[in-house]
Amino acid sequence: MTEKKEMAPELKEGLKAEFNKEWRKELRKSLPVKERTKLRRQKMPERKPEERNVDFDEVNLGLDARKAKKEAQRCLDCANPQCVLGCPVGIDIPTFIKLIEIGDFAQSIQKMKETNSLPAICGRVCPQETQCEELCNLKKATGTPVAIGNLERFIADYEMSQGDVYIPQIPPPTGYKVAIIGAGPAGLTVAGELAKKGHKVTIFEALHVAGGVLAYGIPEFRLPKKNLQAEVDYLKRLGVELKTNFIVGLTATLEDLRNDGFDAFFIGTGAGLPNFMRVPGENLIGIYSANEYLTRVNLMRAYDFPKYDTPVFLGKRAAVLGGGNVAMDSVRTAKRLGAELAAIVYRRSRIEMPARIEEVHHAEEEGIEFHFLTTPTKFIGDEKHQVKAMECLRMELGEPDSSGRRRPIPIEGSEFIMDVDMVVVAIGNSPNPLIPQTTPQLKVGKWGNVEVDWDTMATSIEGVYAGGDIIRGGATVILAMGDARIAAAEMDKYLNTKKSKLQGTKSKKRRAK
Amino acid sequence: MAKILLRERLVPNIHILEVYSPDIARKCKPGQFVIIMPDEHGERIPLTIADWDRKKGSVTSVFMVVGTSTHKLSILKAGDEIPVFVGPLGRPSEIKKYGTVLCAGGCFGIAAIYPLARALKKAGNKVITVLDVKANYLLYWEDKLRAESDLLFISARDSFYDCKDYIPRTLKNIMKKESEIHRVHSIGCTYLMSTCSEATKPYGIKTIVSLNPIMVDGTGMCGACRVTVDGKTKFACVDGPDFDGHLVDWEELFSRRKSYFEDEIQSLCYWEKKEFP
Ligand SMILES: Cc1cc2nc3c(=O)[nH]c(=O)nc-3n(C[C@H](O)[C@H](O)[C@H](O)COP(=O)(O)OP(=O)(O)OC[C@H]3O[C@@H](n4cnc5c(N)ncnc54)[C@H](O)[C@@H]3O)c2cc1C
Ligand SMILES: Cc1cc2nc3c(=O)[nH]c(=O)nc-3n(C[C@H](O)[C@H](O)[C@H](O)COP(=O)(O)OP(=O)(O)OC[C@H]3O[C@@H](n4cnc5c(N)ncnc54)[C@H](O)[C@@H]3O)c2cc1C
Ligand code: SF4
Ligand code: FES
Repeated sequence: MTEKKEMAPELKEGLKAEFNKEWRKELRKSLPVKERTKLRRQKMPERKPEERNVDFDEVNLGLDARKAKKEAQRCLDCANPQCVLGCPVGIDIPTFIKLIEIGDFAQSIQKMKETNSLPAICGRVCPQETQCEELCNLKKATGTPVAIGNLERFIADYEMSQGDVYIPQIPPPTGYKVAIIGAGPAGLTVAGELAKKGHKVTIFEALHVAGGVLAYGIPEFRLPKKNLQAEVDYLKRLGVELKTNFIVGLTATLEDLRNDGFDAFFIGTGAGLPNFMRVPGENLIGIYSANEYLTRVNLMRAYDFPKYDTPVFLGKRAAVLGGGNVAMDSVRTAKRLGAELAAIVYRRSRIEMPARIEEVHHAEEEGIEFHFLTTPTKFIGDEKHQVKAMECLRMELGEPDSSGRRRPIPIEGSEFIMDVDMVVVAIGNSPNPLIPQTTPQLKVGKWGNVEVDWDTMATSIEGVYAGGDIIRGGATVILAMGDARIAAAEMDKYLNTKKSKLQGTKSKKRRAK
Repeated sequence: MAKILLRERLVPNIHILEVYSPDIARKCKPGQFVIIMPDEHGERIPLTIADWDRKKGSVTSVFMVVGTSTHKLSILKAGDEIPVFVGPLGRPSEIKKYGTVLCAGGCFGIAAIYPLARALKKAGNKVITVLDVKANYLLYWEDKLRAESDLLFISARDSFYDCKDYIPRTLKNIMKKESEIHRVHSIGCTYLMSTCSEATKPYGIKTIVSLNPIMVDGTGMCGACRVTVDGKTKFACVDGPDFDGHLVDWEELFSRRKSYFEDEIQSLCYWEKKEFP
């Protein structure tokens, strides 16, 4: 993966130009840095734990305009804004924040959308504490960074509350047809970018709803579906066609689509293949993959059974295996569906957990138990093949492994039994194999990930690009979006050269005549 | 949205459903299935593709009315639209020239085995078809299947047809009489498939079954459909649905299919109250 910590020259130039604008200079003068560092971080208003852990409404309520402006004042408007380096897509963070400070929300959202097409989503789900906020200079000075994510969310929600989302002028149709495979954040982003260039874009999505993980995985209490719906509606207004219930590889292969006249392709099929523990008893009733559990609840709305037909098991003692966002979402869902015990069982310790810090805090507040340094070795069922207990082993941490995290080592003879009636396995997903299986010329790596040239996102097949979890394995929304923006720019270039080729042959023919 | 071209009762409790879906009709092969959701509040359920018409762009399934989803399907009319009709899913059945192939189908499996018999016949096999029904008035598609079979047996408990035996016994009788059978395919309820597999096992005849665990997405994304075959966990929707019946852990499949027994009853009662107050 590309771990560039140098700022691209164009980005640097852009930041500098904004930084040197008159209004920015004046704003900096209006409140000295020393005063700004004294301001306290605005707390994100949230619903009370005991109130929210019984329903699926959003936990965070969002900053209001007054709080947002106050938070924006904390930003020091640094000459060398480190936060931008932390953002995988290089948002001009100081400019969008300073526009909030002066109350020009409309300009702020414009600035944001120059680089990030899904701010309402990123503002809610990005791991800011390890990205932009980690590098924020104010964090170095005071220990508490600017709440960049909360401001991003504010500005996106503000736009939505105004009702009239800005639709850019679309150039005349280029006549090129682009197929986007998968309607996750990667696919949606490419679709938007290429539609804005005048290409005819069709998204093919296997499920009956667009959004990928945002639709079937991340629960309503963290990412309301209306935010996702707004993004999908926006794409439709840009002229993007959405074909749901269409599985590329099965309903039609990539080659079929090429024969149907598509000129370029983007594969954004995600990492949808659930991994299991591979220990005895894993197929007992009551043991779910996180994908199945969350899909039943979020996509199929099992939380509203029997109004919706899809059932889900309502465990009273639920154990969730894993320590990432997927595990947090699953365990908090189990709590909301009435589990008396809702516990995370994780084989390493607290600091190694890859979940967003905010989610871990929220989970703790909601009464989630954490069992660290523990791993199941066996599932035990009753006479109806329903899981009733799990045999676990205690672990201790050894030397760091290739990921830099300390390797968990089983402690011999430490087996113990934990009574559970539901288990959710959330130990990661692998890239979806459907497209590679049905597209023989497509090069894949050893984890089943589609291989790309990291500078262009081009795959081994001409005109076919890829990005997001299908190339990275389970990663993040913002990385998927970053890949998508690179791919979109390259695909546009590719189509333009194709055009000149086409015109080239035409003019040759003409000459021949 | 997919448009219904036809929905009709074939025999009590078993209906035929023809849906306009040119993309699926263009691609589907014997042994594959679709996932269908009857309405916006519905569940995603799998149905085997029983026939198709590439020119007309239509795909046909036959289903047995058991719970909420199939009740909902059973009241659809031509012209209605359903939100999900996606496929073709699963690996197609392996079609080769094996010699003599025995196709055993019961209830909805009578229809589900039809495209398979047709393809096996076309590939040059001698096709022996055995249909199982509880009573003779429940038999359908007899002529369609006869046309694709070299021999056709029907076992029905009350029968003036060939025999009164339950299908495994019929299979045994045929296996004793016929000089050689190279392969058996069995589609129907789990019980039928497991007993057919049991019957053929002593004869060492490879027996392919089309497994029917509970599914959600049908694309390998959730693992609801896990089955144990030859000691290994498989996802029936992408690794199957066809498996070697002699290697399937039937007990596990039986139990997993009952995962939501009480919920299913509650769901159906809820629907009936709403639909017929
Ligand atoms: C429960 C959960 C919580 C998460 N929380 C966070 C978080 O807080 N922050 C964060 O940054 N990231 C989080 N992630 C990770 C993040 O959601 C993913 O990295 C991101 O969604 C990847 O985007 P994508 O577009 O590559 O793929 P996906 O979102 O997986 O979308 C792929 C889409 O392609 C479709 N598809 C697959 N195969 C085909 C085919 N053959 N034909 C047509 N369509 C196909 C799928 O149905 C799906 O809709 C979470 C993931 C999960 C599962
Ligand atoms: C690959 C495959 C192909 C199938 N083909 C056909 C077919 O051609 N014709 C046909 O009549 N039936 C077929 N089935 C079975 C059919 O899917 C179920 O009968 C149907 O889902 C029942 O739904 P329901 O809501 O009406 O009943 P429910 O009340 O939900 O359940 C009744 C019974 O159906 C089973 N069942 C419930 N939900 C599912 C589900 N999502 N997936 C599978 N089984 C479930 C349960 O084990 C239960 O025994 C197939 C199943 C599979 C896996
Ligand atoms: S997109 Fe994510 S990393 Fe970039 S500024 Fe926003 S919160 Fe930070
Ligand atoms: S039905 Fe979800 S993986 Fe098979």
